[in-house]
Amino acid sequence: MARRQPFRLAEGGAIDRRREVHFTFNGRRYKGHPGDTLASALLANGVHFIGRSFKYHRPRGIVAAGAEEPNALVQLGTGVRTEPNIRATEIALYDGLVAASQNVWPSLHFDAAALNQVFAGLFPAGFYYKTFMWPASQWPRYEWLIRRIAGLGQAPPGRDPDRYEKMHGHADLLIVGGGVAGLAAARAAAATGARIILAEEGADFGGQTLADGDQRIDGLPAADWVAATVAQLEAAPEVTLLRRTQVTAYHDHNYLTAVERVTDHLAGPPAHLPRQRLWKMRARQVVLATGAIERPLVFADNDRPGVMLAGAVRAYIRRHAVLPGREVVIFTNNDDAYRTALAVDDAGAKVAAIVDARPSPAGPLVAAARARGLPIHAGHVVVETRGRARVKGCAIMKLAADGQSVNGVARPINCDCIAMSGGWTPSVHLFSQSRGTLDWDADLAAFVPGTSRAEESSAGAAAGVFDLAEIAKQAARVGIERARASGHKGRPPAAPKAEASAEAPLMAIWQVPTSRRRAKRFVDFQNDVTAADIALAAREGYQSVEHVKRYTTTGMGTDQGRTSNVNALALLAAARDAEIPAVGTTTFRPPLAPVPIGAYAGRAVGPLFEPVRTTPMDAWQRAHGAAFEHVGQWMRAWYYPRAGETMAQAVARECRAARNTVGLLDASTLGKIDVKGPDAAEFLNRVYTNNWLKLPVGRARYGLMLGDDGMVKDDGVTARLAENHFHMTTTTGGAAAVLDWLEEWLQTEWPDLRVYLTSVTEQWAVASICGPKARDVLARLTDDIDLSPEALPHMAVTAGTVAGLPARVFRVSFTGELSFEINVPSRHGPALWTALMAAGAAFDITPYGTETMHVLRAEKGFIIVGQETDGSVSPNDLGMDWIVSKTKADFIGKRGLARADLARGGRKQLVGLLASDPAVVLPEGAQIVEAVTPQPPMAMIGHVTSSYHSVTCGRSIALALVADGRARIGETVSLPLADKTLTAEVTAPQFFDPEGARLDG
Amino acid sequence: MLLIPCPWCGPRDESEFQYGGEAHKKRPADPAAADDRAWGQYLYHGHNPKGLYLERWRHAAGCRRWFNVARDTVSHEIVEVYAAGDLPRDAAARAVHAANWRRAEEDG
Repeated sequence: MARRQPFRLAEGGAIDRRREVHFTFNGRRYKGHPGDTLASALLANGVHFIGRSFKYHRPRGIVAAGAEEPNALVQLGTGVRTEPNIRATEIALYDGLVAASQNVWPSLHFDAAALNQVFAGLFPAGFYYKTFMWPASQWPRYEWLIRRIAGLGQAPPGRDPDRYEKMHGHADLLIVGGGVAGLAAARAAAATGARIILAEEGADFGGQTLADGDQRIDGLPAADWVAATVAQLEAAPEVTLLRRTQVTAYHDHNYLTAVERVTDHLAGPPAHLPRQRLWKMRARQVVLATGAIERPLVFADNDRPGVMLAGAVRAYIRRHAVLPGREVVIFTNNDDAYRTALAVDDAGAKVAAIVDARPSPAGPLVAAARARGLPIHAGHVVVETRGRARVKGCAIMKLAADGQSVNGVARPINCDCIAMSGGWTPSVHLFSQSRGTLDWDADLAAFVPGTSRAEESSAGAAAGVFDLAEIAKQAARVGIERARASGHKGRPPAAPKAEASAEAPLMAIWQVPTSRRRAKRFVDFQNDVTAADIALAAREGYQSVEHVKRYTTTGMGTDQGRTSNVNALALLAAARDAEIPAVGTTTFRPPLAPVPIGAYAGRAVGPLFEPVRTTPMDAWQRAHGAAFEHVGQWMRAWYYPRAGETMAQAVARECRAARNTVGLLDASTLGKIDVKGPDAAEFLNRVYTNNWLKLPVGRARYGLMLGDDGMVKDDGVTARLAENHFHMTTTTGGAAAVLDWLEEWLQTEWPDLRVYLTSVTEQWAVASICGPKARDVLARLTDDIDLSPEALPHMAVTAGTVAGLPARVFRVSFTGELSFEINVPSRHGPALWTALMAAGAAFDITPYGTETMHVLRAEKGFIIVGQETDGSVSPNDLGMDWIVSKTKADFIGKRGLARADLARGGRKQLVGLLASDPAVVLPEGAQIVEAVTPQPPMAMIGHVTSSYHSVTCGRSIALALVADGRARIGETVSLPLADKTLTAEVTAPQFFDPEGARLDG
Repeated sequence: MLLIPCPWCGPRDESEFQYGGEAHKKRPADPAAADDRAWGQYLYHGHNPKGLYLERWRHAAGCRRWFNVARDTVSHEIVEVYAAGDLPRDAAARAVHAANWRRAEEDG
């Protein structure tokens, strides 16, 4: 049975009192209303104690009312939908919501690690680097302990079941932030007809003004003006309003990304909606109306649940009709917090004290509080707090004139809430990401936007403008300026008018003196960093703010120091006896707030992660039980196991068929480039190492492509189909890169060559029929092609009809056997394949996969680029000098080959390796040494590049790159592995038919 | 993500493009006559200025054309795009072209 809500006000607030929403926190059921956040609903139920702190496991409560919340991080949801580190202040309440504390073990109220508080001396600044470093052997234990204690939530146990989408937004003007400033800017800019996107991170527009509540704009109560303006913008055709959309990154050329939480606030989201949308926006102009964040005061035990930011306290009262406390102490150094005192008083709660560090506060807000008889303690500060799971009281003392100490006697005050305000910090994170430089504003005691580097302006509090009348005026001006800069004219409406409210300046007080020596004054609640930690870091010699951040961890974590940064900088400046602007700020990096990985992934998960390319014969191969392997994006048939066969048995059978009778390989994935033009032959002559000018029509040639450094880049067979028409083949994986490479030369180095390149990889299906019976099989399927060795010798090409299909037939061989590569238009691939299988049935034609292809080519010592080469291998290293022209004046790589480094001794050369034990297949990648020593290091002389069991040779074979390998033929080398050492004999890199006697079948 | 104005297709996201490094790098007309130093300068040495830089881009996911871009490496401002083989028109970009150490090598 859920309880009633004891801290809910009877009236006011933007909540729906008629409906109740049930939710569960730490296993207990509570009630709230639509319009609540999890934080406001917990406060309505009197729950302040939400979790425990990172290092000391001190009780912590809700501090803020928005995205800056450092403490109230919860584990939201259960099962695969659970998500850690979610700010309770940003979770819109829905029926059935389940959340739990994190960083507690075993439970919130009995927390074993709370003992850390007793041993607090163990956790100074840099404790990770000090406490747990010795002895090093104990690190695994420390790590276990740290991980257990640090907690920080649980990752979901399974796959994310939700759907995420990506949207591209294009705008003349992107406005970030939907407070009064953002709305005023949008209203002004919309009048020009500019296309506008206005992104607000919360569910409602209006920003801080909704919490302040007492102001009027254009004669209307602020909330009414906000509603009217939103309605007006919603009706404008070129304006897009995005709610629950947090802009998290500001990149180059006004490219901003945002996360829209589409259904996170719904109990039962409709199936057609994604959970979140990642917006990728390009805007001509940007207005940053990101508001400001209130700073905590750094006083003794300022982290007890119930100690909150003053602006948050009145936001809960005004927006959610929730009283954060019944006896509230306001602790401030500025006028703005008096608004909270008035709000508390309006709500019928007791303002126990207004403790103002300034000796003589004045101004209209102060006067208003005084007029109501609220107790103001000028020139006083809070020196201690009492209570454990909830603040119960505090003590105040008079601040000495120097601001560094207190005097007199401590006066106790009972309270259940302390509303603190150290002033407001403009939210300059996105501005800073846009590479704008920050200026220090001494009056605000904060950094404000200085010089812009992008096409943007800041508006409102983000620009350091805090008076509502000024905000409305300045934001409208910025809006119209930016709209005009985006190329739109048009007369803007008059700027909204609000009443000015004079505020006296704040008095910066970065560290409130305390009477209690052991009290902790927290700067960064999320990372448990105290003022003493920062002083210690400075004493230990840490000068740079970036180093202090990493050493103390201040400003890290999910809130990235939104509430703590300025206080930390000021304390560091004081410790270094420097000015704050001289200390500078840490770098603001995207994303501004955590973004679920799912949002970045969008739909590109599972089978949609990457495109899969299949050949025309794919369906036949699947139907016949082929095992597949990935080759780049291609799925290629790897081997075709028969019932009960292992991979090794299947490959052995396929190899025997290809060598003894006939085999059939799907070679459709070969890269194919159509090369046309009057200068095509000259072009090939420049990109291949060998000679192409005299290649007759109807003949093909193997070619090796080098980079200009002389290293092997790709290889393949290219055929001359006509005088000015060539069919080039490349490696499967290199097809796109080779086309790009050739295009680059044509476009940038040789624009005078008349050559046209077209990728035709997917236009042709290729079946490679191989083996002594290949000609017999093919002869059954063609009557217009003379297959005799005289008419169609090795490396000849012809066109004709195969199985009734128009075909190009290439007599090329990657196995050393008689082979024909039959190319037909892709759509005919399945017909060709089935016809070949039928025609070959009499010869027991055997389809074979890529594994058998690899074994057969390795037996012949044919290289595979990318396996025998790695970008540092020259033709000579491969023993392929025969293909490098000595007579051509130039080709790509010729000059590179002339470098002294390619002629030196000791280069790795391609050799064969025969393991001493013929049954052992050497592991590919295994390192080769000359001599094994008991301990590393050993001089490494090479590595295994390809290694297989060869049924043809009746033993294992391997190819390897070995230093001076050709001179080592006959020597024995060693291959030390993790558990044993293998030995092998160096041989020539051909294991079968080295003289090529089998090519004609 | 840069917004790159392809001379043929208009402004497109950087993710559609392939980067090609320094522009106006001349392959020695007679590589065989180039000494090791000159060949090394061509092959391995780059110009890496802070500020305006003349570089090559290819609209890989579009028209597949190579072109040149004058871009500030600090601010990422794109001052000019122009065809491969042309010189920039912008005065500052021309000055950067002239000041590149390769020009002295080419003359010498």
